[in-house]
Amino acid sequence: MSKKGNTVFFKNKPRIASYAAICGSKEKTGVIGEFADITLEDDMYEESTYEKAECKMLTNAISLAIEKGGLNEKDIDVLFSGDLLNQIISASFAARDYSFPFLGVYSACSTMSESIMLAAMLVNAGYVKHAVAATGSHFASAERQYRYPLELGCTRPPQAQWTVTGAGGCVIADVKNGVKITSATMGRVCDYGVTDVNNMGAAMAPVNGIIPP
Amino acid sequence: MTGKSKENFNSNYLNYIKTQDPPTQHFKNCAAAFGVGGLICCIGQFIRFMLEYAGLTGDELAGATSIILIFLGCFLTGLGVYDRIGRYAGAGSIVPITGFANSVTSPAIEFKTEGWIYGMAAKMFTVAGAIIVFGVFSGVLVGLVYFFI
Repeated sequence: MSKKGNTVFFKNKPRIASYAAICGSKEKTGVIGEFADITLEDDMYEESTYEKAECKMLTNAISLAIEKGGLNEKDIDVLFSGDLLNQIISASFAARDYSFPFLGVYSACSTMSESIMLAAMLVNAGYVKHAVAATGSHFASAERQYRYPLELGCTRPPQAQWTVTGAGGCVIADVKNGVKITSATMGRVCDYGVTDVNNMGAAMAPVNGIIPP
Repeated sequence: MTGKSKENFNSNYLNYIKTQDPPTQHFKNCAAAFGVGGLICCIGQFIRFMLEYAGLTGDELAGATSIILIFLGCFLTGLGVYDRIGRYAGAGSIVPITGFANSVTSPAIEFKTEGWIYGMAAKMFTVAGAIIVFGVFSGVLVGLVYFFI
């Protein structure tokens, strides 16, 4: 039995063969900054809109992850990707540039973990050899999608969180080196009634155990 | 779940996250809003004096003052300065007429990327639309009351 509760266990232990990350200048100063391969000089990434910049970041992250693994486009069997915009348009437009098939995932902040889980499942089962899991988001495009225009002179409440400007991708494959993926837990939807658009963390990552009786 | 009803559980959770939020600094925010809002009003009054000095009177004077303030609000929004003032001043820069100008200009800038007609022109009133609807509605109500008394 390779499933217990909502957790699946991977018998063949697929691994993260290679990975790449791109981040914005604000993220560079944070704790994850040192792990980024590319840092954006300007938030537009030499494009005309923030959405195009998001798409370009995602494309570059996917390409770089493939390249760092010593692979090329022909070796990849499938791409799992998603983002925060309507019709996961950044991921779809990024996938347009590649010859391998694309499976879209929408799962807000957990898009990356869901992509990795699905990719690992396919690799573990032996349907594919190399699967890419990737995602990206952009502060400015997410603000427009979910909240107010950037130039609107409104205040952010102190508990407000910022959407990351960045993209990341990894190649999941049945190889000898790399981080093993041993198991994955499929999430349930928990709605605890949080309606504050500025406090996404409270809505998306509630923990049962920490709530006082 | 904790064995309690869902409503109870949710309200417990909402109360809990409220205790985790960093506190809003009401006194500092009020002082900043008062200062900046007052300053905008003083600038408006200064413009009014200058126009009066130039020879305008009555409705013309009020109209010209508003137009200049609206222009300044739009102009500073376009330069990307008004949102910084707003972040500091809060209600102080939203309540005056310059704030209304900002709420129309900012979506116009933002949605320009979706095209001039379906983007900029159509989405221009996403923020200010509510103010216009309820402004006109309350105007009608007051007008009706005024008509009958």
